[in-house]
Amino acid sequence: MTELKDKLKLPLRLILLAFVAVLIQESAVSQVSIFGVSADITPLVVMSVGLLCGSTTGAVFGFATGLLIDLVLVQTLGVTSLLYIVIGYWAGRLRELRDPSHELVPLAGGALASAFAGLGMAMIQFLLGVDAPVSLLLLQQIFVVVLVNTLLALPIHALVRRIIRPVLPEDPRRRRRRAYTTGGLSPLQQGAARRGLTSRTSAR
Amino acid sequence: MHDKQVRRRRAVLILLVAVSLILLTAYFGETPTSPLHSVQRGVVEVLSPVEQGASTVLAPVRSAAAWVSDTLHAKSQVKQLQARVQQLTFQLGQAKGAELQNHQLSHLVHLDNSSGIQAYRPVTAQVIARDPTLWYQTVEVDKGSDDGVRLHDPVIADKGLVGEVSEVSPTASIVSLITDHTVSVTARVTDASGDTGELVPAVGNPNQLVLQYLQPPNPGQIQNGPQPGQLVVSAGFRSNSLESYFPPNIPIGVVAQFNEDQLFNDGQIQVTPSADLRHFTVAQILTAPQPGTERAQAPPG
Repeated sequence: MTELKDKLKLPLRLILLAFVAVLIQESAVSQVSIFGVSADITPLVVMSVGLLCGSTTGAVFGFATGLLIDLVLVQTLGVTSLLYIVIGYWAGRLRELRDPSHELVPLAGGALASAFAGLGMAMIQFLLGVDAPVSLLLLQQIFVVVLVNTLLALPIHALVRRIIRPVLPEDPRRRRRRAYTTGGLSPLQQGAARRGLTSRTSAR
Repeated sequence: MHDKQVRRRRAVLILLVAVSLILLTAYFGETPTSPLHSVQRGVVEVLSPVEQGASTVLAPVRSAAAWVSDTLHAKSQVKQLQARVQQLTFQLGQAKGAELQNHQLSHLVHLDNSSGIQAYRPVTAQVIARDPTLWYQTVEVDKGSDDGVRLHDPVIADKGLVGEVSEVSPTASIVSLITDHTVSVTARVTDASGDTGELVPAVGNPNQLVLQYLQPPNPGQIQNGPQPGQLVVSAGFRSNSLESYFPPNIPIGVVAQFNEDQLFNDGQIQVTPSADLRHFTVAQILTAPQPGTERAQAPPG
């Protein structure tokens, strides 16, 4: 029973996160104009979930968030989902293949995710057909959105990590890396350190 | 074990992409009364009270952020606005004179005074959500069919036309702005020859509209054609009991600086919208045509 409860904690938090992110985006962030554009925190949240939870969870979260956006804003269904699946999956694969630990990875990831969302949306709209002339300023606008989103990427990632990290299953690779960078997590070593003893490695 | 994980991951990815493509294809070919559109309307209906609450709760945050953004932007606008004030003061003087004259003449010919906005039964609505993408220029407002709002009702805000209702649920509506690529308006330049054309957005540039299909002016009478700074209003039409969706003479914007070659060769000029389409928070939906008329209907589909 407790195991089932623990297993449900992550999906529940992710559902709540997607819902709150979309709500805040549409009700507040979209209505504030910075340098003539509005920031879009949803691709950043999807990217962060992918980076923290892996490719499959990232893709599913991206699909659900995109679908919610398309439903709430009465847009063509499937367009945002398609783009966000790629963002979530790609961020998750980055974590699985490279396990990047640098603090600026979310920054670069946020920029790439925002650029992909902006350009991808433009491409799909062109494929679906546009009934009006398209200004070259569109590229400039996409660039400014990417810039604004990049500035927001780190705080958004920190917030998402804070929300879902407590319920994330422990990753053995991360445990190994932490052991390597902190000098070991063995209870014997920790006990020795508390007693003021030094290991052979550090005595050298 | 690893192979199983890889297979599962790929299967999930393929499934999600396939579902998205199916949704996209199905939605794209559907009519507005189809099941997927109904589901969307249902979601809007369910979520609109939550969005309304969130919009109210987050209003102080929004105002603070908007204040910072506006302060940064204001400095660059001072000179431009001073010039605009001068121009408008001049136009106001002319308009006041014309209004007085019109009033007197109307009395003379016993014309009624029903052309004001009040005749269109305006419903005041609050903006509760806004689409952040550059492609869908839409806002959600807190009034729906329960308040008399219907599909394609014109929406005004900030003293100008801002868009039309594109989706209606009982308690909320989606308004497509005049900068959305699905919206076009028949508009008239208030120049000597009253040039009329189709106003469409310039996608990617939210501060610019394109008035196209204009009749190029006679080269000898170029001063009678459109000039920068002239007001652009909705053209509208009224033929017996039929009236266009957009009532006539609602301000939309002003003629921007344009290249004369573009006017002569393509019949196009640029128009700057009057309303601040990114910041308006209250709008008026014109829910009824003038008394004694009905709106022209486009064939369904």
